[in-house]
This record gives sequence, structure tokens and C-alpha cells, in this order.
Amino acid sequence: MKEYKTVSKVAGPLLFVQKTEPVSYEEQVSLVLADGTMKRGQVLDTSDDLVVVQCYESTTGLGRDTGVRFLGETFKMPVSKTMLGRILSGGGKPIDGGPEIIPDKRLDINGAAINPYARGTPRDFIQTGISTIDGTNTLVRGQKLPIFSSAGLPHNEIALQIARQAKVPGSDEQFAVVFAAMGITREEANYFMADFERTGALERAVVFLNLADDPAVERTVTPRLALTTAEYLAYELGYHVLVILTDMTNYCEALRQIGAAREEVPGRRGYPGYMYTDLASLYERAGIIKGLKGSVTQIPILTMPGDDITHPIPDLTGYITEGQIVISPELHRKGIYPPINVLPSLSRLMNLGIGKGMTRDDHKKVSDMMYSGYAEGVDLRGLVAIVGKDALSERDQKFLEFADAFENTFVRQGADEDRTIAQTLDIGWNMFIQLPESELEKRIDRDLIKKYHPNYRK
Amino acid sequence: MEVNSKPGILKRIAGPVVTAINLDAHMYDVVKVGTEQLMGEVIKIDGPDTVIQVYESTTGIRPGEPVVNTGLSLAVELGPGLLTSIYDGIQRPLDVLIQKMGNFIARGVTAPGLNHEKKWDFKPVVHVGDKVTAGQIIGEVQETRSILHKVMIPPRAKGGKVTKINAGSFTIDEIVIELDSGESFPMMQKWPVRIPRPYVEKHSPSIPLLTGQRILDGLFPIAKGGTAAIPGPFGSGKTVTQQQLAKWSDAEIVVYIGCGERGNEMTEVLTEFPALKDPKTGNSLMERTVLIANTSNMPVAAREASVYTGITLAEYYRDMGYDVALMADSTSRWAEAMREICSRLEEMPGEEGYPAYLSSRLSEFYERAGLVQPLCGGSGSVSVIGAVSPAGGDFSEPVTQNTLRIVKVFWALDANLSRRRHFPAINWLQSYSLYMAQLNDYYDEKVSPEWNKLRAWFMEVLQKEAELLEIVQLVGSDALPEAEQITIEVARMIRELFLQQNGFDPVDTYCDLPKTLDMFKMIKTYAELAYAAQVAGVPPSQILGIKSKNEMPQVKFTKDYKPVLNKIYAGMEAEFKELRA
Repeated sequence: MKEYKTVSKVAGPLLFVQKTEPVSYEEQVSLVLADGTMKRGQVLDTSDDLVVVQCYESTTGLGRDTGVRFLGETFKMPVSKTMLGRILSGGGKPIDGGPEIIPDKRLDINGAAINPYARGTPRDFIQTGISTIDGTNTLVRGQKLPIFSSAGLPHNEIALQIARQAKVPGSDEQFAVVFAAMGITREEANYFMADFERTGALERAVVFLNLADDPAVERTVTPRLALTTAEYLAYELGYHVLVILTDMTNYCEALRQIGAAREEVPGRRGYPGYMYTDLASLYERAGIIKGLKGSVTQIPILTMPGDDITHPIPDLTGYITEGQIVISPELHRKGIYPPINVLPSLSRLMNLGIGKGMTRDDHKKVSDMMYSGYAEGVDLRGLVAIVGKDALSERDQKFLEFADAFENTFVRQGADEDRTIAQTLDIGWNMFIQLPESELEKRIDRDLIKKYHPNYRK
Repeated sequence: MEVNSKPGILKRIAGPVVTAINLDAHMYDVVKVGTEQLMGEVIKIDGPDTVIQVYESTTGIRPGEPVVNTGLSLAVELGPGLLTSIYDGIQRPLDVLIQKMGNFIARGVTAPGLNHEKKWDFKPVVHVGDKVTAGQIIGEVQETRSILHKVMIPPRAKGGKVTKINAGSFTIDEIVIELDSGESFPMMQKWPVRIPRPYVEKHSPSIPLLTGQRILDGLFPIAKGGTAAIPGPFGSGKTVTQQQLAKWSDAEIVVYIGCGERGNEMTEVLTEFPALKDPKTGNSLMERTVLIANTSNMPVAAREASVYTGITLAEYYRDMGYDVALMADSTSRWAEAMREICSRLEEMPGEEGYPAYLSSRLSEFYERAGLVQPLCGGSGSVSVIGAVSPAGGDFSEPVTQNTLRIVKVFWALDANLSRRRHFPAINWLQSYSLYMAQLNDYYDEKVSPEWNKLRAWFMEVLQKEAELLEIVQLVGSDALPEAEQITIEVARMIRELFLQQNGFDPVDTYCDLPKTLDMFKMIKTYAELAYAAQVAGVPPSQILGIKSKNEMPQVKFTKDYKPVLNKIYAGMEAEFKELRA
């Protein structure tokens, strides 16, 4: 294999190599340092006289004397069933002391877009045991539902609780978790690993770890390795795979870093203009394919810089994913776990997975009623701060109390409390006692009220 | 145009934009890139360099590979078989692609937009000896149960006397008509997507496009041939609103473009539409629908093209004399595709990195809407409803602002409303329709002379409520004068009963004009009785507490609502009489 020694510029993670034989776009590259160490990279821009190579690893030691070898193929990763239970680096190398992965297949990590016509409708209700998700923001198989959090909030606990408790009631199909960490601290990684081991979840998990001190560019590869593994497990082996990606904010920072090094025209806040497309190439890899057994469900976690939901990272994510679970510092400060604020949260695929035959016939209406009741109560809190509680009408006072009850009985639950969907909905009905029936009737059919309202059930 | 035989050579590849040298090409020519023959389009000519945007992934392509110019611009196939289809951004049928390359989209596969083997029953409507001109209808094909496809002479043809016309069963490639000009035509025609199809003249729209959505038909209507924008932050219900319009609007043909959006959403449309019944014809909704799905992870250049592909199909049916509604979800993703390609070209950007030509591209697109007299006479229309996804939900961003300068109807989605499950989450204070004046006559004549007055009164109450709520925020609702306490209650009824509409309820999802009018009147009647009672000295708490009011929501959810309505009227009359006694 030819080795070029024509590096003319090194800037950030990029190497500029002059005058090469034709090299293909996104071809894999080996970089040979003067002391013989090898690093890996990928072609980002190729032309007759100049090739731009992005190095996945630290660029320490790279220079004009670095040898560049083009490997003649795009990034493919080995996949096999034996990956279950393994811990790999963010670049896909085993770091658990075990043997190399013996490939069953080698797959392109960029995957390919699922033909929209081949997609199956996601409609299998996943019970997470968390009321604010199951009751009001239902997750279904094949969905991508991110968690929007901020620094200092228990998003990791929530993600783990979901990974632990998630199940499709009445089904015992093969289930696997693919966990990809991007730029998280060793301490956080340990927390995840300890929980996986404690609950025995590691056996059915594949873990990719890119830690905070690993090279940033590697972060752009980690989620792709994770999703390629997930797709293999799902579509070839028939597993139902839950993919947890954390923290997407670090991934986007890495994208920005590469964009800046390439001197690209930036979009909002310095993030590259193609970030929407790039994120979509990850998130859209969730789904179900008609006629195949498995599914890929994604829970990406991101921390919103400054708790700002309009920041480009949560903003573009929200436009691609099928809803979002928003974690609120305010509820957290009140000591409520899980501090999920349902008002800005949403699950777009909820309506496909709930109702008669799937969860319960009253699910949709109960959820709508809780939302509007809570929203109204929260608004009234602002008013109470100004005029005092006594100035409210009787009706308004009831809504005010409803909002408190909602937070304390519906939202609040234990980290190991695994509620069934029926329990979740019944908690809702028990709170409805506080509201006048005429208000309930605005959103709930009379038949359902007669069937489920505690006053009629006795 | 003939195929250029001399291939160019690839010089540079950087993402979806590649550069070739020594290629003889014109702007927007379609070229085949590399040994895998990926489809691309010329977007810049610079000295010996030709810059090409490629509709497929360019991974693995290397300099030195050939580039062949087809000499043709990007065109779509037009003819029977479009309806019920689902295409990607460059009119490749997605169902055919699955057969060719499996569940995932691979590259280098071509597939014609129409089925060239299928035979259609062609019934001529002109005879030998008749003189025919460009755009004239020469025959009909029953394309689906709902739609009669009109076969036309292509727009740029010379025309002449018919020397031969065939009736019977043909494929779209078989010649069905021959003219004395020497021209002969099959049922299929092709049209380049970036060029608007010609028409005789454009008229001012005067008929509403009815949508079955009370807030739209009642307060902010769009006209047939009009343009509307639905901007809103994520989660505010753009897609649901677009889908409601695609389902229930009284257009004859619907073209739905999923441009850079979610794959699962298109699946939802694909599974839901065939099962839903068109309220007008009783047939499946799919039979009047063409879907274009270029999801966010499909190649970005094809996303750029998808909008043009869609509007060309819409214009084709307009030329047959149909009313077509086109939904583009989302135009922001289209704009972002332009931005991405512009930045790869290293062009000097305008605002927020968008190309400087963003505004002119948007206006060119929306200008292809309209109520026109097609070449065949009569009238046809294309109404365009574009979703906009503003970054951070901020309406001051370039795509929203440039769109608002062009479109006549603005349906502002509001995340605050959707959070409290007020759907459709259209903000009644921010939204507007500039078609009101043109449509007044229609409502006066076709619905009721009261309609326009009731509408104005509704808007007045809602505006008044907004002012009063500011005061309530400061002093509490009990401090308001009695009459205004009633206004607040009436406004609440307008919001909860009239504006909120449950798209998932089998009855409430579609509300026709007579029912909308009845609901207008029901609320107005309560308001009149309530104000009269208040003047007569009845305390507001009693007025607000009347029982028959609680029945009102049932009107929305009941199919034969008239008995419920009559009971409410009788109840209100009795209760108010008692209060004043």
C-alpha cells in the first residue's frame, strides 16, 4: 500500500494531503507517525491535488513527516451476536479485556435511509413504569424520544429506570440495549456500568464508551457504531433494541469543532449548517420495517445549554424526533422525582399506541384532561402570586389544587417504582375527583366518566 | 435535445456537491456521476469546472471517474398512475425501489415515475378532423374511482387537425393521437420541474378552500388557488394540521410533500389515508392523493428538488381543470437544503447562512399557486399550504419572514396552546387571512348573510378577552365589571367549544359549514341571553352557572347534533326565564 508523506497543513483534527492518486470520498485512512504509532482517519474532501483527512484521534504528534495510507474502503465495522455483554471504546475496540469481536458481518457505519414505504407503523406500547411517560407521553417501539435535560438534573437516573423497566406488556420477545456514551465523564460512565451490572442488564447490552478525555472527533463515530450494531441486532437477529445515546450535546460540539476547522460557513451559533441533516442521519435510524421482527427505539439524551430549549441542539433535535421528554430544574428543586415537566413534553406517536386493545379506552381522554387541567393550574399560580388565593373563583381554586396534586401524586414516584398503565390511569381518575364534572365533560365522554370515575365505580 | 457523448472527469468530491472538468453542460442539466451513474444536476459553471449537486450519497466516489451529461433537465413523467403513488424527491416510486433494492435506499438505481406496462382504458373526446391545440383535452382515463384523468396535448405542442385517434386499452407510451402537423402523442408527457407549466391567465381567487376545521373555515379561510403558511415551533402541531388539511379539504386532488421530515410520519399517512373516506366522494382518500416523501435522512439535493416535483404534479392536474391542494411539510427543510448546498459551493451567504436567493426561490415557488384558466379552458387551481419550522420557534428568522411577505394567509401555531392541549394550536390573535374581502360574497350567498357578522363578532370578543385578561392578571376576575365577566365566559366558550377541535374524534375531526354556522349561532345566542339577563339585574354567578350550557360540548361530538342543539336552546330559554323571574 502506498504511503504519502505530503501533509501540507494540520489544523484542528484535519490534515491536508497534497498530490495523491485518486482517493474516494469518505475512504478510511491510516496515519503513521514518525515513531510508528498508527492513527485512524477519514477523507472529508477529495480532489486531484488535495485531500482533506479528518483524524479520529488526538492529533498530537502529527506533522509534515506523517505517513498517510488510504485503505480503499469506507468505514465498516464488524458485528456479531457475541457483542452482547461487551464494552467497546467509542471507536469500536473492546476495552473490557475480552477478545476482539469475531465478525459475522462487516457493515457500513453510515447505514442507509430506510425506504419510507418499507417502514412499519410504530404502535407497540412500551411500558416504562413511569407515569409521566406512559400516561401522558407514551413511548412506542420504533420511536425516537429524546430526553431534554440540563446540567445537574437526574436524566441519567431516568434513562436507567427506563432501560430497567421498559417492556411491552404481554410479550416476551428478545430485548437488547445498546448504550453509547459520548464525552461523558468516567464517573458518569461508572454509574451507568454499575447499574447495568447490578441489574444484570449488561448481559443483553452492548456498550460504547467515548469518555470526556477521548478525542472529540471520535464522538462523531460512536453513535454510528451504536446504531449500526442496533440495526444488525434488530433487523437481522430480530431483537427489539433500545438505543440510549448520551450526551448528544457533546456530539454536536464535536461537529462544530470539525466545521470550524474546515473553515465552513457556520449556521446558528457557530454550528454547521448541515447539522439538521447530520442529526437526522442518526435519529432517523430508529424504526420498524414491515415484515421484519425487530425494532430500533431511540432515547437520545441531551443537556440544553443554559436550560434553553431554543438552543440549536434541542431545537433541531425536537424537529426530527417524535417528541421530547423535558426535565425541569424547578420540579427537581421541589424534590420531585422524576422531575419531568409534562407541559413542554410530547410524544407524537402516542396516539398510535394507546386506546382500546393497546392500553385502555380512556387513555387519550385522561391524558388530555390532565394536561389541560395542569396547564390551567400552573397559569393560576402566577395569578395567585399577585392577587392571592382568595381572589380566585371557586372553579379556579380547584384547578390550582389539581396542579399541586398532579405534581405530588402523578409525577412523583420512586426510582424503582414500576407502575402499570392501569395504575397510572387510575391515579389520574383519583385526581379528577377534585374537579367539577362539568369540566371533565368538556374533554371526556360521559360513558367513560361513568365507567372510570371513582364516584361511579364505588 | 440529444445526449452529449463526451463524458467529463470528476475532479473534486465534498459531500453532495462534486466538481467535474471538461463537461459540456448547461445549468440544471441532469448528469450521471461516476461509474455507479448517480443522478445529479448542474448548479454552477465556472471556467472549465462544472459543479453538480448529486441526489444520492457520494461516499466512495473518487476523482477521475466519468460524468455523463444527459442533456435533459430534471423532468417528471405525467400521466395516469400518479394518484395513490408515493415518490421520493425525484419521482422515483418508493414501492418500486423496495423491489429493486430492498428495505433501505441504496444508490445508482433508477425507476420511472409511472408504470409503463400497465394498460389504461382511454376514451377519446375529440374526433378525426377536429382541430386541437396545446393543452387541449383529447381523452379521458378513469385513473381511480374518484378521479377522471384528462389526457392533454402537451403545452408546447404545435397542434393541428386530428388525423387519427385511438380508443381502447393502451400503455402510457403507446400513441393515442396523430395530428396533421406530423405530431403524435402518447398519454404520458414530461415536464421539467423547475419551469412553471403555462396557462392562459390567472384570476383572483373568490371561493374558499373548505377544510372542515372551524378555526380555518370560520375565522381565517384560505381561497382555492391561494397560499398559506403554517409556522410553528416543534410540537405545536404543524404536521397534524397539514394532515388534517390533506384529509378534509375539499380540493379534488391533494399533493402532499414530506420534505426533510420524519419517516414515521409518512408511514402514518400511508397507513391512515387509504382507510379514510373522502367526505365528498365516499372513496378512499388515497385515490385523490399523491405523496412525495424525501425524509430528513434521504439525500439533501433530492430534498431540494422534491418541492419542485410536487408543484409540477399539482400544476398538471390543475391543467385538467381540477382544484388541487398542495401541502409542503416543511418549507424550512427545503430552505435548509438550499443553505447546505450554497455553503458547499462556498457562496457568500445572506442572513443566518441562508443563500441570498432564498427570498426569490420562495416567491417563485408560491407564485406557482393560483386560480387560473388552463390552456384547455374552464378553470383550475393550485392552493399551496407551506409549513415553516422556525429555528427556536422565533418567527423573525429568514424563512418565516420571507414566506410571510408572499403568502396571504398566516396560521400561527403557538406552543403555549399545544401545551395545554388546545388543538389545533392556532393562535387567533396572531393569525390572519387576507382573502376575507374576496370571500365575503361567497359566505353571504352560499352560507348565510349572518356569517360575516358572526365572524366579526367572534373576533371582537376574542380581542376583548385578551385585553380583559391583562386586567385580570392584575386584579383578579372578581374585580371585573359584571358585563365583562360575561365576556370572559363567552370568550372561554368560543375557545373551548368552537376553536378547539379534536382531530382524533371521528365526528369532531370534520365540521362542515352548516354545523360551523350553528355553533357560531349557539354561542351568540347564549351571549345575547346572558347580557340581557345581566342588564335585567341577574348576578353573573347565576348566569355563568346555568346547566344547559354544560350540554354544549356534546354538539361537537354528536353526528346528528340537531336534537342536542334544540334541547340546549330550549334549556337556555327556560333557565334564563327563571333567572329573570
